[in-house]
Amino acid sequence: MTTHADHCEVCPVNKNSKLVRMGIDVTSFDHLVALAGNPNVGKSTVFNSLTGLKQHTGNWPGKTVVRAEGAFAYGGKRFKVVDLPGTYSLLSTSNDEEVARDFLLFGSPDVTVVIVDATRLERNMNLVLQVLEITDRAVICLNLVDEAKRHGITVDARSLMRETGVPVVPTVARTGEGMPELLGRIDEVASGEFVCKPRRVWTESKRLKKAVDAVAEQLKKEFPSLPNVRWVALRLFEGDQKIIDAIRSGELTDLAESVRTNGAAKNEKTVHHVTT
Amino acid sequence: MAQRKTRKRYIMSRHEEIFKTVESLRWNLGDRLHDDAVEAIYAEAARISARSVTVAGEAKRPTFDQTLDRLVTNRWMGIPMMVLILAIVFWITIEGANIPSAFLASILLDAFHPALKQFGDNVLMPWWLSGLLFDGIYLAMAWVVSVMLPPMAIFFPLFTLAEDFGYLPRVAFNLDSLFRKAGAHGKQALTMAMGYGCNAAAIISTRIIDSPRERLIAILTNNFAICNGRWPTQILIATIFVGSLAPAAFSGLVSSLTVVAVVMIGVLTTFVVSWGLSKTILKGEASFFSLELPPYRPPRIWQTIYTSVIDRTLIVLWRAVVWAVPAGAVIWLVSNIHVGQESLAEHAVRFLDPVGLAVGLNGVILLAYIIAIPANEIVIPTVLMLTVLVARMAGVGVGAGVMFELDSELATAQVLKAGGWTLLTGINLMLFSLLHNPCSTTLYTIYKETGSAKWTTLSAMIPLALAFLVCFAVTAGWKIFG
Repeated sequence: MTTHADHCEVCPVNKNSKLVRMGIDVTSFDHLVALAGNPNVGKSTVFNSLTGLKQHTGNWPGKTVVRAEGAFAYGGKRFKVVDLPGTYSLLSTSNDEEVARDFLLFGSPDVTVVIVDATRLERNMNLVLQVLEITDRAVICLNLVDEAKRHGITVDARSLMRETGVPVVPTVARTGEGMPELLGRIDEVASGEFVCKPRRVWTESKRLKKAVDAVAEQLKKEFPSLPNVRWVALRLFEGDQKIIDAIRSGELTDLAESVRTNGAAKNEKTVHHVTT
Repeated sequence: MAQRKTRKRYIMSRHEEIFKTVESLRWNLGDRLHDDAVEAIYAEAARISARSVTVAGEAKRPTFDQTLDRLVTNRWMGIPMMVLILAIVFWITIEGANIPSAFLASILLDAFHPALKQFGDNVLMPWWLSGLLFDGIYLAMAWVVSVMLPPMAIFFPLFTLAEDFGYLPRVAFNLDSLFRKAGAHGKQALTMAMGYGCNAAAIISTRIIDSPRERLIAILTNNFAICNGRWPTQILIATIFVGSLAPAAFSGLVSSLTVVAVVMIGVLTTFVVSWGLSKTILKGEASFFSLELPPYRPPRIWQTIYTSVIDRTLIVLWRAVVWAVPAGAVIWLVSNIHVGQESLAEHAVRFLDPVGLAVGLNGVILLAYIIAIPANEIVIPTVLMLTVLVARMAGVGVGAGVMFELDSELATAQVLKAGGWTLLTGINLMLFSLLHNPCSTTLYTIYKETGSAKWTTLSAMIPLALAFLVCFAVTAGWKIFG
């Protein structure tokens, strides 16, 4: 390996050579990356692989209960990574789901990496589609493809990419397989080199479009800093009491601000405040 | 002020405008909006995955995972298998820790300590300074390292391997119905399992429980999972007082089974106390949750050993060493500051003796627990030192306030038995160690997590009261039937 190292370092194909793991140094960054996914699909493993941190990973759902933060530099740009708690959906009200949802909604990450379990694609897709409703910039990390292979399951990444409109990278995070490609995709989406066309079955459905547009416009006027008014509008139609309360008390902007700028602890407090 | 109020009302009305738009438009959308959305997403997810996934001919025979799951989550076999796995882990820990422990002790205690004392003499250090530094602080640290490091370096990797393999969720699955019957959350099985490593870490892990009521139950009862600081006490006392009753060939096995029995009493206590709490101060129904049994994954053995040694073992050890410093100093001081004819320690032991004996312990043990509040790890060395001091045994130990480790368990047994210890004292000490209040770090974590002085106090007082009660009952029963 050492004999090839020199050649590898300068080879344009070697994307890993552009990677500098920066651990917990998140002081200043160019792009913000969020890691989302169902519980126990390997989010923390991907997180560790990107940042060089050694957050303990475990084979049980619910291992990450608060968001963990780390950083890496790639191709001269600094990326801050936020590892969100694992959730099955973004629509219910449990604590960990709220941490994840509020961050995606108000933290406006530049890229959201949705990590999916290749052996359980259908269930994982539910979360992917919900994330795509919220954000324009996403990368699907199709993890555990080795395990899928062991069970005789093959996932066609190209077909998945066509269906979802965002880049799909097959990986085995445990061994690091596919991580260079993932880095490349994250960079492309963050820099705007790759423009996603996320499939939206919901906020952009014909039935809802007009109504959502009308309310979104009003929301935009009222909360100019809010990154995703369409989704908020939809929650209003559904009668989401928490969002209604947050608008009434003017906390919606505060929430967006605090998620974006503050650390996890402060954010949790705010979230808690809004939920009670 | 008035102006601000007007502005606020103005904003309010503008907000209400949004709600009005929402209300007016909602009529056209139907009232099943949420359900429709969820249905649309699920249907789309199914469609996309059907297009992208190919499954090679469905396996006719059950897979390895399924066979294993049927076995370890079996209604009858599940819990016995759990106990068996636990017993094997302890057995490996107890048998495996002896040799490195003795090795570390021979270096840190037999070689290094005399050298330090010699150094003190050479530089004409006053006796009290050399005593405080080398006999108090250094020995406390050395003892903690030689006694704690080997079992932790074996126990943590084994536990982490089981965790990485995917066994923990199966444990939660097995215990779920019992926890639910106790009015608690099934995920409490997971936080309890974390407690066997470190209660403070386990308190943080209770965040996986959504309902505040059930989370408080998990926090208040986590103490009954023996943390690694208490393992040495359990293991040593089980070896000396119970293992020695069996023929030599079986003593390791009997000792392990004794520790397993103590763990089981702890689990039982967890259920009983959870049940009691959910019927009294934390009333409510158990909530439902879905627990996914993840696939078994071959653990990466070397990486697991590396990270569990670095992340868990050394961090926990460091904490213990840091706490051992002040504790070592206090032990040395109370043994060397005299009031009248006797040292402070002797006064305290005499004062605590009646209470201790009433619950089948003694004043030495109670004093040791008071001194060792910051870290459970130093209970046993403190107990030994105080026993020698109070019994004024000639020829054993090194001097007042010097924590020492006796070369063999036999020698330890002799000291304890000369200090008036019996099988009853041993059993009570194991129960007391299992049940008594959590260490100060854990209490601080509880305070941080709950933000409430009331719940923090309760999580100290409930176990403490229970510990005294149980020891008292055992002693009374022993005296009546024994």
